Amino acid sequence: MQLRRAFQGRWVAVGMLAPSMLAVAIFVYGFIGWTARVSLSEWRGLLPDYTWAGLANFVDLFADRRFHIDLINTLVFTSFFVVGAVTAGLLLAILLDRQFRGDSFFRSLFLFPLAISLVVTGVAWRWLMNPSTGERLSGLNLLLGTFGIDPLAWHTSDQPWGIAFVALPAVWQMAGFTMALFLAGLRAIPEELKEAARVDGASELQVYRGVILPLLRPVLLSALIILGHLSLKVFDLIVAMSGKDIRLDVPSIYMWTTTFDANNYARGAAIAIVLLIMVAVLVVPYLAWSLRREAEV
Amino acid sequence: MTSVPVTIAAPRGAGRRAWARSLGRGLRFGLLLACAAFFLLPIWVMLITGLKSFDEVSLARMWELPSGINLDNFAAAFERLAPNLLNSILLAVPAAAISAVIGSMNGYILSKFKFPGSDLVFTLFLVGMFIPYQSVLIPLVLFVQSIGLSGSLLGLILVHVIYGIPITTLIFRNYYATVPTEIVESGRVDGAGFFGIYRHLILPLSIPGFAVVLIWQFTQVWNEFLFALVLTRPQTWPVTVALNNMAGTQIVEWNVQMAGALLAALPTLVVYILLGRYFLRGLMAGALKG
Repeated sequence: MQLRRAFQGRWVAVGMLAPSMLAVAIFVYGFIGWTARVSLSEWRGLLPDYTWAGLANFVDLFADRRFHIDLINTLVFTSFFVVGAVTAGLLLAILLDRQFRGDSFFRSLFLFPLAISLVVTGVAWRWLMNPSTGERLSGLNLLLGTFGIDPLAWHTSDQPWGIAFVALPAVWQMAGFTMALFLAGLRAIPEELKEAARVDGASELQVYRGVILPLLRPVLLSALIILGHLSLKVFDLIVAMSGKDIRLDVPSIYMWTTTFDANNYARGAAIAIVLLIMVAVLVVPYLAWSLRREAEV
Repeated sequence: MTSVPVTIAAPRGAGRRAWARSLGRGLRFGLLLACAAFFLLPIWVMLITGLKSFDEVSLARMWELPSGINLDNFAAAFERLAPNLLNSILLAVPAAAISAVIGSMNGYILSKFKFPGSDLVFTLFLVGMFIPYQSVLIPLVLFVQSIGLSGSLLGLILVHVIYGIPITTLIFRNYYATVPTEIVESGRVDGAGFFGIYRHLILPLSIPGFAVVLIWQFTQVWNEFLFALVLTRPQTWPVTVALNNMAGTQIVEWNVQMAGALLAALPTLVVYILLGRYFLRGLMAGALKG
């Protein structure tokens, strides 16, 4: 009787999960398949055209100068953003590792940018990084001027260095996230381990280099994957800072303009698939790794 | 003063170490203050710009304090953004609520009613959290058009609920993993079924889980930009899209843009200030860190 009830419960459970499974099957996997099909078609216009084009769209895309710019921009942005956010996050975590009065205030302060929209960040920083000179000198350039530093062009610098400056607001927004990851990692290190090293005569710096940082490696991996995949997908921040400025173009923006402004659905879909593959290369092994780790625990 | 004899009595090394420690503490505090200033910079500029009168506003005097409290800029920004702020509320509140209900049910099933293949289902769900949404955007626009919800808030709510399934399921699954399975077993022994256990045993324990998911989804949906950009029309623009378009035109002055940006950030900021603890838990779940 009880066994039958448990068995029935299981069927009810599957039934209750079915709508979500169906939704994910269609809206994630089905739609990716559909996009892949569009990327292999000749659909260039308002009306769908699924004429088979093979890999022609991908061949064209990789021969396209604009896409070259996008890939270089993505590489530059990812490098500056990931290195910046990891370094800043680690520094903040080390500064806040030992508890003291008021530490929770600082922690909350460094995390608040995560609660606001990237569009807000973009609008605020486009004025902070205003490149105008002379009478219209303003923002950070005005502050730098008081230290005798010449005005910078910031995100309007020549391609690809303009996008390196976009990494600054991105780091501002995400450093708190890496800080939180590293803090959780630091708190998980047993005090005895650090104490043992200190008793052996290690200086505080040596304790960090020899004991603490090696133990943070799994956390570092998580941070690299999460930040890396976010930077491949970056879209909102750049649009809010510069609209459709070609110097700051990235695949996600190219996909959007070529599909919805130029109605080149086939190319838009091809860009989307390339973007998906780049993200998958990063995320799929990580998912497998973290789920295996969860199963081991 | 009273500590002087103690210092003398202590070995020299200890005195030097104490001195180094207080130097370290001062250095750390100084660094923290500098970092705090950097993090507050954009908010500070938005605030002082917003509080200036139109006559006082000038790019060259961006960093000067306002002479008094003047709400010209906020009033001008609010006049433009009020309908969009309302749209964002009408979008984010129902989307977060529906997401939470679905996530709770899914999390309950995937933690307490595992079936063969349920871990695989969970993994397949999680993938949906990481994909670039560009890879589903074309079919999504066609689908929303085909069901007649193109340009409507209802269509956008539906989209947020669907793509919110992975994260809400993840948060609730991890949350329910901390609820002892014996509770479910005891319910079974007492003759309760799937819904009875959920209603009487799980749901009363779920309030923190709901808080995390509601706050997380509200913030995400409020701040979201890409879906809103392609699925709404000017009448239904949420505040992110309206703010972006306002910043892209020459008609609206920079000072009104700054005030508008602060208005758009305010609801999620207030939620964060009041309930940051729960927000942080949602954030950590997204990194698959339980």
